[in-house]
Amino acid sequence: MHAFKYHRASSANEAASIVARNGEARFLAGGQSLVQMMKLRFVSPSDLVDLGSIKDLAGIKADGSGVTIGAMTRHAEVAGSAEVRKAIPALAALAGTIGDRQVRNMGTLGGAIAHADPAADYPAAVLGLGATIHTNKRKIAADDFFKGMMETALQPGELITSVSFPVPKRAAYMKFKNQASRFAIVGVFVADTAGGVRVAVTGAGPCVFRSKELEAALSKSFTAQAAAGVKVSDKGLNKDLHASPEYRAHLITVMAKRAVQSIA
Amino acid sequence: MGVKVSMTVNGKKLSSDVEERTLLVTLIREHLRLTGTHVGCDTAQCGACTVHMNGNAVKSCSMLAMQAEGADILTIEGVAAPDGTLHPMQAAFKENHGLQCGFCTPGMVMNAIDFAKRHPVAGEQEVREGLEGNLCRCTGYHNIVKSIVAGSKAMAAGK
Repeated sequence: MHAFKYHRASSANEAASIVARNGEARFLAGGQSLVQMMKLRFVSPSDLVDLGSIKDLAGIKADGSGVTIGAMTRHAEVAGSAEVRKAIPALAALAGTIGDRQVRNMGTLGGAIAHADPAADYPAAVLGLGATIHTNKRKIAADDFFKGMMETALQPGELITSVSFPVPKRAAYMKFKNQASRFAIVGVFVADTAGGVRVAVTGAGPCVFRSKELEAALSKSFTAQAAAGVKVSDKGLNKDLHASPEYRAHLITVMAKRAVQSIA
Repeated sequence: MGVKVSMTVNGKKLSSDVEERTLLVTLIREHLRLTGTHVGCDTAQCGACTVHMNGNAVKSCSMLAMQAEGADILTIEGVAAPDGTLHPMQAAFKENHGLQCGFCTPGMVMNAIDFAKRHPVAGEQEVREGLEGNLCRCTGYHNIVKSIVAGSKAMAAGK
């Protein structure tokens, strides 16, 4: 790992202003991706601004209509939260499948979506539920947030403070995981919401995306058979040693079917 | 370059001058000479470096020492009683022969203790899922799972 200057921020504003002053600075949330990437020298920030001491960035607030989760809330807290399990059980369940126990004790919601790994789980819930991402500058709709391979709408120095998830009528997440890394080879989040059916797919493409074909079929009939009848195009899907684009396209249908089966 | 980091390790308060980029596991092994915590893969997969931070199992190779500022750290050296009596989870590993070469064992035991606190009556399947973050290349896990089921019961009974 290359040397860098370490800063401990005590507020979101302080953290943002340190990053704004240093062009090559990065925020450090849980570090479960960033520290590894620094060890491999994929990234070499000049400065790291540790968000770990900023108390008001962590925590879970739920009311009848939604759940707001602070950006520094660890995956294990979301998975174990009685409030999240009651309001959006699919979200708590998804958080409980990220990485492994040790990773879930460090990794954070804000870090995961800012990093926007193509195979990460949280982006599927954020996009599937139509969540709102709150930053130190503005609110961003999930549909406008994920832009491409590890690319988001965040501007330099912009810090995620929390994410608000509206409560769906019903929702489920199914993941075909890589047995070694537990990352999604394909993960599908299906949500029946007040605004219609949303289907978000992670792991299959360069970044999380909505499957219009599945959404159309499930809007007509919210059944496992309807999902199973959809043939998803393999155009633009990822190809690696774990799965071909054709196989990933097939898995999208199968995971969607299983997700619907679990809640229909 | 350099920063001061302070934390409690196995009940002892300490401060250390480190480079910013020092990993927690480097501090534990090379500065404090507590070499029971191992580095296996160095990529957050094998779990040999697992320690507790404020009671939660974490991978000490995947975090900076500075992220543990002010924290309470427990390593495998701090698990047994001061008189040498093994922790119930350690005793269960010994009793059930939950190891062969022993390289992964400190991480297994540290994760198992944290797991058992949260799942006092865990069955085999739950234990296997709880072990996703720890790799063993000798045992095939069978006796490790047996050890953790037994250790969890012993810990719950000891309360």
